[in-house]
Amino acid sequence: MLVFIFRRLLVAFSVAITVSIVSFMLLHFSGDLAVSIAGPDSTAEQVEQIRIDFGLDKPVVFQYFDWVWSALQGDFGRSYYFQDSVMSLITERMPVTLTLGAVSLALATVVAIPLGVIAAIKQDTWVDRLALTIACVGQAMPSFWFALTLIVIFAVNLHWLPAGGSSTWQHFVLPAIALGYYATPAMMRLTRTGMLEVLGSDYIRTARSKGLSETSVIFKHALRNAVIPVVALAAVELGFMLGGSIVIESVFSLKGLGQLAWDAISRNDYPVVQAVVLIIAVFYIVLTLLADVLNAMLDPRLRVR
Amino acid sequence: MNRILDIKNLQVSLPTANGVLRAVRGIDLHVDKGEMLCIVGESGCGKSMTSMALMGLLPKRAEVTAEVLDFDGLDLLSLPKKERNKIRGMRMSMIFQEPMTSLNPSYTLGNQLCEAIMRHKGVSSAEAKERAVYLLTRAGVPMPEKRLDQYPHQLSGGLRQRVMIAMALMCEPDLIIADEPTTALDVTIQAQILRLIRELQQEFGTAVIFITHDLGVVARIADRVAVMYAGQVVETATAQELYSNPMHPYTRGLLNCIPIPGKTAPGSHLESIPGVVPSLIGELKGCAFANRCHVSTSECSQRTPSLELEPNSTSLHQVRCPITATTLQEAM
Repeated sequence: MLVFIFRRLLVAFSVAITVSIVSFMLLHFSGDLAVSIAGPDSTAEQVEQIRIDFGLDKPVVFQYFDWVWSALQGDFGRSYYFQDSVMSLITERMPVTLTLGAVSLALATVVAIPLGVIAAIKQDTWVDRLALTIACVGQAMPSFWFALTLIVIFAVNLHWLPAGGSSTWQHFVLPAIALGYYATPAMMRLTRTGMLEVLGSDYIRTARSKGLSETSVIFKHALRNAVIPVVALAAVELGFMLGGSIVIESVFSLKGLGQLAWDAISRNDYPVVQAVVLIIAVFYIVLTLLADVLNAMLDPRLRVR
Repeated sequence: MNRILDIKNLQVSLPTANGVLRAVRGIDLHVDKGEMLCIVGESGCGKSMTSMALMGLLPKRAEVTAEVLDFDGLDLLSLPKKERNKIRGMRMSMIFQEPMTSLNPSYTLGNQLCEAIMRHKGVSSAEAKERAVYLLTRAGVPMPEKRLDQYPHQLSGGLRQRVMIAMALMCEPDLIIADEPTTALDVTIQAQILRLIRELQQEFGTAVIFITHDLGVVARIADRVAVMYAGQVVETATAQELYSNPMHPYTRGLLNCIPIPGKTAPGSHLESIPGVVPSLIGELKGCAFANRCHVSTSECSQRTPSLELEPNSTSLHQVRCPITATTLQEAM
């Protein structure tokens, strides 16, 4: 198991290096940085001065290592637009996105897995059809529209919950439902398919032949095997929610990473874009690693690979 | 009472898209305590369906009826689910055909060996493990203590089947149903597993229903044999009687299909039974074997035969054939 984790760490580390090179290049190839930092009204001397100040006259490789070294110390440079350090922008936004992502995933898991299990056990009954309908609607409905519907019902008409902002936990309820609902269908369907496959397997027949209770057959013998692909999917979905919740964050005016990325992209604020890309990539890597380790804990056959 | 299992007119039907599949069409069987009964037949003759019905492992849509389905004085059909669960696994257990997939890949062998006995007999984990180690040793699994912490994928098919055999014996059952336990194994391993099952059966005095399509296997281990065709028992007798005096044309056909070393000349044609098994959807008229039988008369496809006692034999030898024994003898 330790060897397995060590190997996965090596892979994760090399992916992280690759991503850091790509996101560094993103900045480097976006035009002459000295010119864009200096602004349109600057003289040639000022541009040269900036080039030297920012270390842009050095070879690319040196610049990369400089950048990685500072990034490792938490220094991603200054934002062109916000007049603030990139790191402080990110640390300010991160908790919002992390909270939203974690709550949404928790919500999605709590709904999707039991629903998938029930749908599989009650295959081809109305329960199964209802679950599939919910999944279909969830997959077909645009998330911004669902988010707006939630706002109209629960914030505007019923006044139960706030429509936007991020100051209290209540502000997170509607966005988490909207984002979680988006993640639920795929997980539910995968759980259902996995359960159906496992319930038809020989070892479930063996478990039944031993006279075990239905609870033991379903939860001990079936679910553990059925849930393995769901874990990998959940990791990817959480990664997506952390980086791609721009739509939900905009609709609920949550100041999260997604919105920061959106602002930065629309304003050519490259240092911010670069940092956000790198951080989200690192999230993905860590999540994939966690999913791999979790899967190996669930399925002993994966430990030898 | 020496009977552990008594079956009268067992029927199993499954609804399919093309109509109701009557997989088992009225089976009469009994198993005595400590006896090895072999059920022989081709694929699709209902032998696995019979075993699944006995274990209560058929899907819910399957309909099981019987005049008598008596396990040691208990009516299996009317037993409440909880009681049924207790019998299955504790007093009745099963060894399956596919050792490669019959064990849960995610749990250790120790866990899977011990869970039934801990549940049914309430023994401690330590006691269960002790019994598991003992039975693994008896089943010829090397390094049994180490196996408890291993996972199925770390074992070969033959070893896994030995583990399955040990697992079936954990609760000291009265009856073990072995559904083609050697079919998926290498020939060399097959012989070992056969010998093992026979040995353990005799040592523990467990009754075994051994299901197979291989009459060669039957000859080596059976006390009694029931030959099945198209969802019915067509002939049943002691193993010795069946081999020395096969009555039913189907049994004879099956026996002729087996090459005998020294007797079957090299290069000579091995016999086969022409035709295919009839569809089991809907009713069958007359003898189910009539269309493949080389002694059948026009009467065979009209009159549905019943399982009759063979008058000339001393032991309990029953045959389901419309042509009388004497006529049969002459025809062969």
